[in-house]
Amino acid sequence: MAPGAWTVTGIRAAVAGGDLSAREVCAHYLDRIAATDGRLHAFTTVLREAALARADEVDARRASWRDRPLLGVPIAVKDVICTRGVPTTAGSRILAGYRPPYDATVVSRLLDAGAVIVGKTNCDEFAMGSSTEHSAYGPTRNPWALDRIPGGSSGGAAAAVAAGQAPASIGTDTGGSIRQPAALCGVVGLKPTYGRVSRYGLLAFASSLDQIGPLTWTVADAAAVLQVLAGPDPRDATASTEPPPDLSRLFPGNVRGTRIGVPRVALADGVDPEVLDAFGAALAMLSDRGAEVCDVDLPHMQYAVPVYYLVAPAEASSNLARYDGVRYGHRAKLDGAAAGVSEMYARTRSEGFGAEVKRRIMLGTYALSAGYYDAYYVHAQRVRSLIRNDFDRAFAAVDAVAMPTTPTPAFRIGERIDDPLAMYLGDVFTVSANLTGLPAISLPAGLTQARLPIGFQLVGRPFDEATLLRIGDALERDAPWSDERPPAFA
Amino acid sequence: MDTQYETVIGLEVHVQLRTHSKMFCSCGADYQLMPPNTRVCPVCLALPGTLPVVNSRAVEDAIKIGLALNCKVAETTKFDRKNYAYPDLMKGYQISQYDVPICYDGYMDLPGDPSSRIGIERVHMEEDVARLIHIPGQDGEAGHTLMDVNRAGVPLMEVVSRPDLRTTDQVEAYISNLQMIIRYIDVGTANMEEGSFRCDANVSIRPAGSTKLGAKVEIKNMNRIRAVTRALEYEIARQTEDVKAGNRVVQETRGWDDEVGVTVSQRSKEDAHDYRYFPEPDLPPLRIGASLVDHIRSELPELPALRKDRFQQSWGLPEYDAALLTSSRTTADYFEQVVRSVGAMAKGEMSAFAKETANWLNGEMARHMNNDGTTNVFDTRIRPENLAVLVGRFGRRELNNAGAKQVFGEMYRSGADADDVIEQQGLQQVSDTSELDPVADEVIQANPSAVRDYLGGKKTAVRFLVGQVMKATRALEAEPLMKELFEYRFTEGNGLAGHSFGNLFIAAMSGVTGNFEQAVSESSRVLKVTGRIVPSTLWTFG
Repeated sequence: MAPGAWTVTGIRAAVAGGDLSAREVCAHYLDRIAATDGRLHAFTTVLREAALARADEVDARRASWRDRPLLGVPIAVKDVICTRGVPTTAGSRILAGYRPPYDATVVSRLLDAGAVIVGKTNCDEFAMGSSTEHSAYGPTRNPWALDRIPGGSSGGAAAAVAAGQAPASIGTDTGGSIRQPAALCGVVGLKPTYGRVSRYGLLAFASSLDQIGPLTWTVADAAAVLQVLAGPDPRDATASTEPPPDLSRLFPGNVRGTRIGVPRVALADGVDPEVLDAFGAALAMLSDRGAEVCDVDLPHMQYAVPVYYLVAPAEASSNLARYDGVRYGHRAKLDGAAAGVSEMYARTRSEGFGAEVKRRIMLGTYALSAGYYDAYYVHAQRVRSLIRNDFDRAFAAVDAVAMPTTPTPAFRIGERIDDPLAMYLGDVFTVSANLTGLPAISLPAGLTQARLPIGFQLVGRPFDEATLLRIGDALERDAPWSDERPPAFA
Repeated sequence: MDTQYETVIGLEVHVQLRTHSKMFCSCGADYQLMPPNTRVCPVCLALPGTLPVVNSRAVEDAIKIGLALNCKVAETTKFDRKNYAYPDLMKGYQISQYDVPICYDGYMDLPGDPSSRIGIERVHMEEDVARLIHIPGQDGEAGHTLMDVNRAGVPLMEVVSRPDLRTTDQVEAYISNLQMIIRYIDVGTANMEEGSFRCDANVSIRPAGSTKLGAKVEIKNMNRIRAVTRALEYEIARQTEDVKAGNRVVQETRGWDDEVGVTVSQRSKEDAHDYRYFPEPDLPPLRIGASLVDHIRSELPELPALRKDRFQQSWGLPEYDAALLTSSRTTADYFEQVVRSVGAMAKGEMSAFAKETANWLNGEMARHMNNDGTTNVFDTRIRPENLAVLVGRFGRRELNNAGAKQVFGEMYRSGADADDVIEQQGLQQVSDTSELDPVADEVIQANPSAVRDYLGGKKTAVRFLVGQVMKATRALEAEPLMKELFEYRFTEGNGLAGHSFGNLFIAAMSGVTGNFEQAVSESSRVLKVTGRIVPSTLWTFG
């Protein structure tokens, strides 16, 4: 098998069977990163020495580790997830040089599974953004068109997989931050059900919305990585105590009799015609395989974006309070001994945070303030419940809800940087899954005429990632675009 | 106090729990005697990415407190974030409870005053903050601040009373009874000096007969019961004067300055924080099953008020003795074991024996324990049935007062049987004169104004008294005598009854070093005492 066609499951089988060494695999990806990341800037940290040493360890223990589910699989981890002793910056100046003393639960699980972590991927600062332009370390480029954004906030994670720098990466999704860049980079991106994967060690953006998940080339790979990430964790009180089902038994995915609902009304306005065409084509393919496609009504989804932009900043304003320069990260240098702690806070945070983070801290602080709390935060939480009720009602009739992942393909770098509202409105199809906690997946659905990827999204019942993966696998097997790679990185 | 006006007081008490681990992480909560920053982990340091997990033992303890205060227990409760920025607050918010406290709507009947039932509005759970130690700058240099994170995350229960208290006597009774309850149900040490029990007071005045509440002033920074009552007395007088002068009392927060004896404005209502409370998204709501509440209720010990009544009824003890004995659960247990270890007696005889047992426990036993820092009477070497023997023989006049004390001292030291000690030592050898008694008494007699100052709360006065005693005993600096000096307890009649010299010395050193724990170690150094000094709390009864 040529390296270009390597997958998570393929690599694992080859390393476990002795056909490839973990070192060979790791060296291939590291070389690829070295050759391509100057153009892409998908990584904030590349762990060349550490990854090779880890690969050697995997090779040395191959006999006893043979059953490990990610044996020798290189994985890139978004830079908002703690990696012990390895810089974890959240794309922010305020955490420049910060090295956590502990591994996030998901990182421990990847290592236990035999994976090799090759580096940390670039993202919008504290995962706040949809373009990866809001990283203090510079933007990441889309492998399909280097003048375009890769999406965000897990833009580095999506670009790395699309450009063949890693067979899988770990992203986080608060309002679409896995699915949107997966769609814009033409890869698979899965946001699990809230509580399916432990958040311990994820630098919190909005605690009730954040969820960690995989970005991969294939649906089966997403299942394999999720299987490792998922499960109860005593360190996260919001993690489900239910262990995940065996996801390897889903394939090949059969969709005969599977009911897929489409919220037609929500698609009426503002969706790019090419995106709508691709969406329709994907539905037709699933229908040909035996799925039943019907309409569903999600009347409150139209409020999802405003609700999201109240709830998420409110939680963020509190979550980011700990970055005060006292214990870790950036601290402003103050001139004059008389400067007090308030000035230190103000200067540290002014220097350390970028414009988008400041904007959201201010929005969130306002939404929680005395006199506004009921009108904004409480009201938003009420509408959030209504949106969840809409989905619960829909799931009485269908097994999954389908929508485009994004209303448009990737836009140009700089195009929306001065128009936050336009950027926020691009989240229209993704934020509902976070507000409701439901699992959602973005699948490649072909390319525009300009050869930009388009995403097809499915939202499922709580803890029913299996149905999404099953449908996704069926679509992937029939799709003519599944072997397409970004030409510049083929 | 002016009878034209009525005082309205409500108390907010923070009780530290003595759980094994902290409120939201697995770090030990035993921070008190630990070197700085040795009880910390990524969670209580609020390192990026960490999450809280609720200590279920702390939840049970909160329910215990609530039940002991006759509260209702919420079926579902939740945590909220209280957002504010200060360097002692690691996360930039405190995890607390806002609108759905775990326990609510209870009451406390004040001991000895059955007519005054004080409402308990709520008991809620939160976490303690880190300790900041401000080091002032010298020679015009800027000072700096050291941070000890050991305390951050220690479980803290806030007990909020309704504004039902009217006098400082009631306040004192409320506080000491709450302390006693906390110790009885064994959830905390409830020690104001060590900071495991902190009290803020809300006070307002209104024309007598009015039912409208006046503008309230919150007073903070009171770390002894005496400071609470003094601060309240000061504040009541201040507000009364204000109102009489035709001014309006301003709603504000004021801090108590114990040295100067005044409250000082800290922040007005306009400057009040907007804490931006919202539900803590990292912790799902807690559902508290009725079976758990029933279980905790069934395990609650007999509370001190009821136990005191029973001691009075069963053994005919005077209220004073019964109250003193039952103020400590272990002492009360011990008392019961002593009186139950003797066979059947006539009622009058039993009553006399019980009273004599109370005398020994409240007198000699308390004195010895206070001197060596023992807090649990079961940790002494005297077994209850053995004390019963001594009390019995003393009651039958087989020993004189001095002889019995000598025997007690030996039993306390060695754990020997009373009968054996009496036989071995022979009673005629007993002497109870202390070489220090005359010296200390002389100093106290000679300095009545300093004694008055000290009792009035002026801590520095003790420094003078201690100095005088030290001066008078300079010739006796041999270590055993210094130790004896340290263990010396002022006798009755001079106003310092029951205060041990050691504690006064520590109090004096606190004044010098500004820090209680440091004062303890400094005292050890100054007095060259071998071994560690364990401070005992100042006796507050009587």
